[in-house]
Amino acid sequence: MSDDAKSILSVKDLSVGFKVRGRKLRAIRNVSLELHDQEILAIVGESGSGKSVLTKTFTGMLESNGGITHGTIDYDGKRLSDLKKDKDWIGIRGKEIATIFQDPMTSLDPIKTIGSQISEVIIKHQGKSAKEAKKLAIDLMARTGIPNAADRYNEYPFEYSGGMRQRMVIAIALACRPKVLICDEPTTALDVTIQAQILDLIKELQKEYHFTTIFITHDLGVVASIADRIAVMYSGQIIEYGKADEIFYNPRHPYTWSLLSSLPQLATRGGELFSIPGTPPSLYKDIKGDAFAPRNPYAMKIDFEEEPPMFKVTETHYAKTWLLDPRAPKVEKPSLIQNLHQRFLDMQASDAAAKLEMGGGSDDDE
Amino acid sequence: MTMSKDKDVLLSAKDLEISFGSGKNKFVAVKNANFDIYRGETFALVGESGSGKTTIGRAIMGITPTSDGDIIFNGEKINKPKLSNEEKHNLTRKIQMIFQDPQASLNERATIDYIISEGLINFHLFKNEKDRVDKVTQMIESVGLLPEHLYRYPHEFSGGQRQRIGIARALIMEPELIVADEPISALDVSIRAQVLNLLKKFQREDNLTYLFIAHDLSVVRFISDRIAVIHLGQIVELAETEELFTNPIHPYTRALLSAVPVPDPALAKQKKLTVYDMSVHHYETDKPKFVEIRPGHFVWANQQEEDLYRNRLAKAHAH
Repeated sequence: MSDDAKSILSVKDLSVGFKVRGRKLRAIRNVSLELHDQEILAIVGESGSGKSVLTKTFTGMLESNGGITHGTIDYDGKRLSDLKKDKDWIGIRGKEIATIFQDPMTSLDPIKTIGSQISEVIIKHQGKSAKEAKKLAIDLMARTGIPNAADRYNEYPFEYSGGMRQRMVIAIALACRPKVLICDEPTTALDVTIQAQILDLIKELQKEYHFTTIFITHDLGVVASIADRIAVMYSGQIIEYGKADEIFYNPRHPYTWSLLSSLPQLATRGGELFSIPGTPPSLYKDIKGDAFAPRNPYAMKIDFEEEPPMFKVTETHYAKTWLLDPRAPKVEKPSLIQNLHQRFLDMQASDAAAKLEMGGGSDDDE
Repeated sequence: MTMSKDKDVLLSAKDLEISFGSGKNKFVAVKNANFDIYRGETFALVGESGSGKTTIGRAIMGITPTSDGDIIFNGEKINKPKLSNEEKHNLTRKIQMIFQDPQASLNERATIDYIISEGLINFHLFKNEKDRVDKVTQMIESVGLLPEHLYRYPHEFSGGQRQRIGIARALIMEPELIVADEPISALDVSIRAQVLNLLKKFQREDNLTYLFIAHDLSVVRFISDRIAVIHLGQIVELAETEELFTNPIHPYTRALLSAVPVPDPALAKQKKLTVYDMSVHHYETDKPKFVEIRPGHFVWANQQEEDLYRNRLAKAHAH
């Protein structure tokens, strides 16, 4: 991503609230975000951080007890934050901005064949005839990695494995040729080997179809292989964002430090695993200062009193922490995540050395 | 860690087979399972969904009947159809379980006090009411919660706190073996660490033995002493943790390792995924068995593969 990357979706000072049993919950608090054309932006956060709620506002899919209370969302000259009725979203939801969810079984209709679910979308959105649609659907199935796609066109979702189903959900989403694809934890319910394949698939398809991806996850490990840029969310705010390299190798917010330190890959056997003390604050209450302050060992007095602004680290990298204020004491990131790249390099070298010596790592030598 | 200790086998599985249905509908979920779990260690069973890892855990708990082979606990066969009441009683106490979903595994209508005490009450493990309260209070504090939490209900707690309650409920029975089935996969990253550290703490203090069932190899590397990799009901490889990571020998183990995400953008982008193809095995005439290819390192292989693997390992260790 270059700095002058074209922005295709722009969020300004967005707040989202929900009414839950007469109480008000602030799920998103003043978030601003630019989505660059044809990038993969990963939004990383724990449950309750607001990552799913944020992207639901892009397709008007907030639950009925919630709504945008402040701010704007602009996409392709349209102000999405002003759209109220379902009718207004026709032509955007699914067609321009599509979403794939965590559990592929709940996204598919169990009593319709896989093929018909894909062609239906093509007929509706691209105005093709049934025959053309079938051809395109089979083509799309093959592209998303279904062997013998023509034979499997008439099968039902239950006849597909979890990984295959998620491939089909992706195929349905792509049938509309959307400009933006929101992937909400698309691999969390899948096995690691399948997860790796789906990640590769999303990357390949993006190169081919030139869409922009928002990838939502709680797992920083998954993000490293796929993201161009990363935004980290905590308690309804983006607290740090930057290019993937900047977030992994030069993180600035103490919460990002904690997330990286919690990676099990960094733990040494027999030692303690890094853990963040406490729990995130309740979103029912007004949050004063930096929401992470009570769990932050580096918190200063001001962190409990005043909310920090976004400080600029580089042209592409920003973090919302008082530690970046020129008056703040200089704090180094925890030693556990210093020289991250070198550590993984060493680890990989020691693991791989043995493997290479074992016959070039190939499994089929007889 | 385990090698230096004298190996005291707490539980072993011998030629274990677990099947469902019968006749034409018979489905073999686990076959030829052979492993020992040593006292005080963490033994991990790693596999994908449908591999049979949970089924083995359930068979050890006595929930799922076995169709062949033995499960031996403290020298006694425990997978027999007729266990005496005393034997059942004893096993329930000695083998406890921690579940994946702390939301579903706690009784929503009971107070935390009751949930933690239930085992004590069923097994009359306290002298008087004061003794019970003392035990429960001590337990809840040792999992990092407060005595005042005892009078609340499960829905008032977060996922991580509920998992602590699940651990407290299991540990108050003073078990010897804990079967932990994906105990952290439903938890957020920052909470996972708290729960794993807690499990480690109890192991250090009470010499507990864990059977840790998981699919995430990165967590397993940190917590386990030895790992068994299971694929479609067959344990394909078993070794000490570092040996398995440095010298994975079965093609499935290698594929599984290649799929573990690397949390480093530069390395992750170079990484190549290995996909396991079962057709590399030719088991038609040369039948496979579970062979010890190096001390403590077992692999499922036929004669031809065994020779190949031995060669490779010898080369790897020559360096």
